[in-house]
Amino acid sequence: MLRVKNLSVTVDLYEILKNVNFSVQENEWLMIVGPNGAGKSTIINAISQGISYRGNIEFCDENIANLKRNEIGKRIGVLMQNHSVGYAFTVEEVVRQGRYSYISSIFSNYHEDNERKIEEALKMTGMSELRNHSVLTLSGGELQRTFLAQLLAQNPKLMILDEPTNHLDLVYQKQIFQLITAWVKKSGQAAISVVQDLSLAKAYGTHAVLMNHGEVIAFGTCDEVLTQDNLERVYKMDVNKWMHDMLSQWN
Amino acid sequence: MIKYRSQNLKPIAYLLLILSLLVVFFLCVCIGSVTIPIHNIVSIIVNLILNKPIPEGVAGMIILQVRIPRVLCVAFVGAALSICGAAMQGVLRNPLADGTTIGVSSGASLGAVLAIAFGFSIPGIENGGVVLMAMVFAFISLLFIIALAYKLDCTLSTNTIILIGIIFSMFVSSIISFIITFAGEKVKHIMFWTMGSLADSTYEKALTLFLLLMVFGTIILINAEELNAFAISEDNARNTGVDVKRVKLLMLISVAALIGVCVSIGGTIGFVGLVIPHMMRMITGPNHRKSLPVTLFMGAIFLMLADLLARVILKPLELPIGVVTSFVGSIVFVYIFYHARKR
Repeated sequence: MLRVKNLSVTVDLYEILKNVNFSVQENEWLMIVGPNGAGKSTIINAISQGISYRGNIEFCDENIANLKRNEIGKRIGVLMQNHSVGYAFTVEEVVRQGRYSYISSIFSNYHEDNERKIEEALKMTGMSELRNHSVLTLSGGELQRTFLAQLLAQNPKLMILDEPTNHLDLVYQKQIFQLITAWVKKSGQAAISVVQDLSLAKAYGTHAVLMNHGEVIAFGTCDEVLTQDNLERVYKMDVNKWMHDMLSQWN
Repeated sequence: MIKYRSQNLKPIAYLLLILSLLVVFFLCVCIGSVTIPIHNIVSIIVNLILNKPIPEGVAGMIILQVRIPRVLCVAFVGAALSICGAAMQGVLRNPLADGTTIGVSSGASLGAVLAIAFGFSIPGIENGGVVLMAMVFAFISLLFIIALAYKLDCTLSTNTIILIGIIFSMFVSSIISFIITFAGEKVKHIMFWTMGSLADSTYEKALTLFLLLMVFGTIILINAEELNAFAISEDNARNTGVDVKRVKLLMLISVAALIGVCVSIGGTIGFVGLVIPHMMRMITGPNHRKSLPVTLFMGAIFLMLADLLARVILKPLELPIGVVTSFVGSIVFVYIFYHARKR
């Protein structure tokens, strides 16, 4: 579905990404993991055409750079890591923005499908009751759910999520991950996400890319990539033991 | 059944806006250094429409030759400057953006002054050279200011762009003063370019303003959804499928064209584009589908009233219109800045 070929990004002579290669197929959930500064968010910025890059990014064998913006909008949805809204838009107005690619002209914004998608998205993220609140008054977690609702309303084929559980409490973390798991299983859909929490990556992901210093260390299924050897090489610590110690204190 | 809530203004709102526009228009035509009763105005206009002879006297002259073209120009300039302010505030996601605060008006003034001083003209179109140069310089200034702001601070924060705008304005003003000093009689007094005046309005100028407002105002209005997207955030706009570059270019061209024509005809009338969009957002909310049309009408109404005040407050003396708008505008600027910082 999505194929990243020899992706390199240079900012001010500093190479942030070096020859990155990976791909995502239908019904897969690819986890991008690695330490801070590994270039994880830069991959997402490149796919969403937010920065200039060298190399090729193909969606269903078409070069993304040649697709029209609203065609990309219908196929790829992105949840950014940080959200800031300039003005006092309501939750519903921000979610409605997700339908932008489907509105053919300013005179035809009413479409039953639009309204249904917006309702569903608000319900799935638990934001229905806050729909008329100004986004400037929301907490970090509520804002995160608002933009997740926007992404769901956008109804893309490929979801790209930069730390989707940022700001979320445990209940919503679980709910959102289950929601995405179910979403990925539908035909023609897939997801890519950046996560810090390796146990979440292992529990929910089907595939993984392990990054370090802008390079791909390993790419494959989660079981192949998230091995003790690989993680120790990248994180320079015994990740397994650390996790085990952390969890064992509950017993 | 899913309830659908309209994103647009209700027809009754449009009706009210048009009604208030007409009331204020007639008020401004009536009152001035000589006040002419409304029934005289109505009879003059009715006679004009029915092609009957216009009653003799000064009143007819004042109304037809002076007041009506002036009030028309003022209304169009008010509408144009306000909608430009709204568009810039959306695209730049900056509630303080306006032709004067980010320095576009000064750039346009420079273009106009250069055209007058060096006698640049387009054959066949009266004042065409001046208007065109003002537009081109407005566009170049916009590009320059935004590019410099990006270079300094890629998040394009509110303060950076305003600071650059102020410095740019001062720089350009000094050049304008220099040109005016040696160009002498040809170029209007510096007061015109810094404070604005619509005292020598004509029907031709009103028509020019109207046509450009129809074209570029419409472009801004039909991009309401895109402006909403930019106002949420530029990244979000791109991710939801907005052609960010195209829309930005389209908005910058429209804004430059409208500010260019307004400045070449009326000088720099400060802060109109700051005050009106801000106040309208407080009433309609930030959704541009609602706020843009209201801004357009209220901009016209506001500037007509400001011009009326400038004409009558020291009667028979006349204040430059920018004195009134800047007085109100500066206060609103501080208010917005204060609240933005508190957040």
